Amino acid sequence: MKNKPLLEVKNTGIQFGGLKAVQNLNMVLNQGELVGLIGPNGAGKTTSFNLLTGVYVPTEGDILFNGERINGLPPFKVTRKGVSRTFQNIRLFNELSVLDNVKVAYHSIAKHSIISSILRLPSHFSGEKEMEEKSIEFLKIFSLDKYKDELAKNLPYGQQRRLEIARALAANPKLLLLDEPAAGMNPQETKDLMDLIAFIRNKFDLTILLIEHDMNLVMGVCERIYVLDHGQLLAEGSPEVIRNHPKVIEAYLGEEVHDVNA
Amino acid sequence: MKKSKQFWPFILLAVLVYVVIQVLISTEMMNQFYSNTLILIAINIILAVSLHLVIGITGQFSIGHAGFLAVGAYVSAIITMKLQLPFAVAIIVGGVVAALAGLIVGIPSLRLKGDYLAIATLGFAEIIRIVFLNIDAVGGAAGMQVSHLTTWTYAFVCLVITLVVIVNFTNSRHGLAAISVRENEIASDAMGINTTYYKVIAFAIGSFFAGVAGALFSHNFYIIQPSQFGFLKSFDILIFVVLGGLGSLSGAVLSAILLTIVSTYLQGYPETRMIIYSLVLIIVMLYRPKGLMGTMEITDYFKLWRTPKGGGQHEK
Repeated sequence: MKNKPLLEVKNTGIQFGGLKAVQNLNMVLNQGELVGLIGPNGAGKTTSFNLLTGVYVPTEGDILFNGERINGLPPFKVTRKGVSRTFQNIRLFNELSVLDNVKVAYHSIAKHSIISSILRLPSHFSGEKEMEEKSIEFLKIFSLDKYKDELAKNLPYGQQRRLEIARALAANPKLLLLDEPAAGMNPQETKDLMDLIAFIRNKFDLTILLIEHDMNLVMGVCERIYVLDHGQLLAEGSPEVIRNHPKVIEAYLGEEVHDVNA
Repeated sequence: MKKSKQFWPFILLAVLVYVVIQVLISTEMMNQFYSNTLILIAINIILAVSLHLVIGITGQFSIGHAGFLAVGAYVSAIITMKLQLPFAVAIIVGGVVAALAGLIVGIPSLRLKGDYLAIATLGFAEIIRIVFLNIDAVGGAAGMQVSHLTTWTYAFVCLVITLVVIVNFTNSRHGLAAISVRENEIASDAMGINTTYYKVIAFAIGSFFAGVAGALFSHNFYIIQPSQFGFLKSFDILIFVVLGGLGSLSGAVLSAILLTIVSTYLQGYPETRMIIYSLVLIIVMLYRPKGLMGTMEITDYFKLWRTPKGGGQHEK
């Protein structure tokens, strides 16, 4: 089995006024795992992602990444620690080229200061060149380099998703959070996405947490699944266990259902 | 690397423009009226470009730019008139104090977005104006007398420095970070960009150059009064940026030149001045809804001309 956990979520929750959006969330992700997070609409899946990435500060509990507390850190610091994400609604930098989209993620690898850029010191040129070269190299891995001068908004939908995942990976994460990557995709695009996920996992030595409604995808690629409902953890286990878990079936389909062939 | 190729032609052109106009002025082939208009154009370009950095590049809708102009104007006037220090020192100190004012205003208000930020910055600019209105040492409402020190040389050197700094900032990883904030702040944050830092930095740099413009402004008009820095002045600067095309530096420069000429020319017709000025704005916005230049830069047009017809990648 895998060694120490990469991400530990301990009794975490968040309350908006009187509404407990997420409560008593406990999750453990080990190095290299691909874990799914599912649940009906409004169950708190995206809220959980926002807790993990620092968009929201949990009102209770702790989040440990690599043994370090990350709750309360602003999102950009969480990203620099190695947690990167994509969004449910694609959030690319639309008016920027594909290349520049990836370059933004390389922002923190170059170290030249604002002063050196304004005065065009040698460190500016070497830093910018390094960012440019790494970004192009990176686009090649995803065979997006042919679009590099295209504006992001002009890419076809499937490619935009691909670019968003590529951009998230360019930030060099140890943990990648994918928020409904297959939303709005046709079956062929979903299949390509599954291939892409398998590919990046091998290539980048990643741990992945995935929110998804497409059960084919979830059951097909995830090793373990967490189920959320009404902000609480309902079940946890392998796809087989989840498929036959009575509470999960109840949450998705209602009570008193027999003979379910999921 | 590419940018350095554009850099030297730009400096060459700047020197050329400077020398030609300086010769015209010193041989008195160009009268006071025209040289004054040119100085005014230079000041307005500095203002337009500094606000372009805040609105066009970083996407923070600030409409209190006249406040920083006022800070630069008054601080520099105090330095030359009360402390008897050289004008060059006054320009720098005016800029630095305006940048500090920008930091003080920016740090709390840049947490706000869109309309709320606009209202907050407008409010801060009014506060700055009213502070000067109530300080008797700078003349209060009657204003403060300032000697005429702004020359074409000072104005042009400041203009070139402003352009170089803002272009170099924009074409670097820092500028890219600022643009990513404009494009999508949440995604930018998720990519590891310290969005607050870049918003505040852009705001401070913008305020610095507004302060520089203020120093040139106050030493060009013999007298400064708080009423010159009201919100209408802020809107004048905003109009340069919007009319030029949000996100286009050359657009901001062009519209600053165009509108300064239009409004100087119209001073001969005070009754119809604002009507014609407004009509010009309406007509431009009707026919060029994205501004004069859209998001293009002048250099993009050069690239388009060079590529054979229909072969350019940006053809859309």
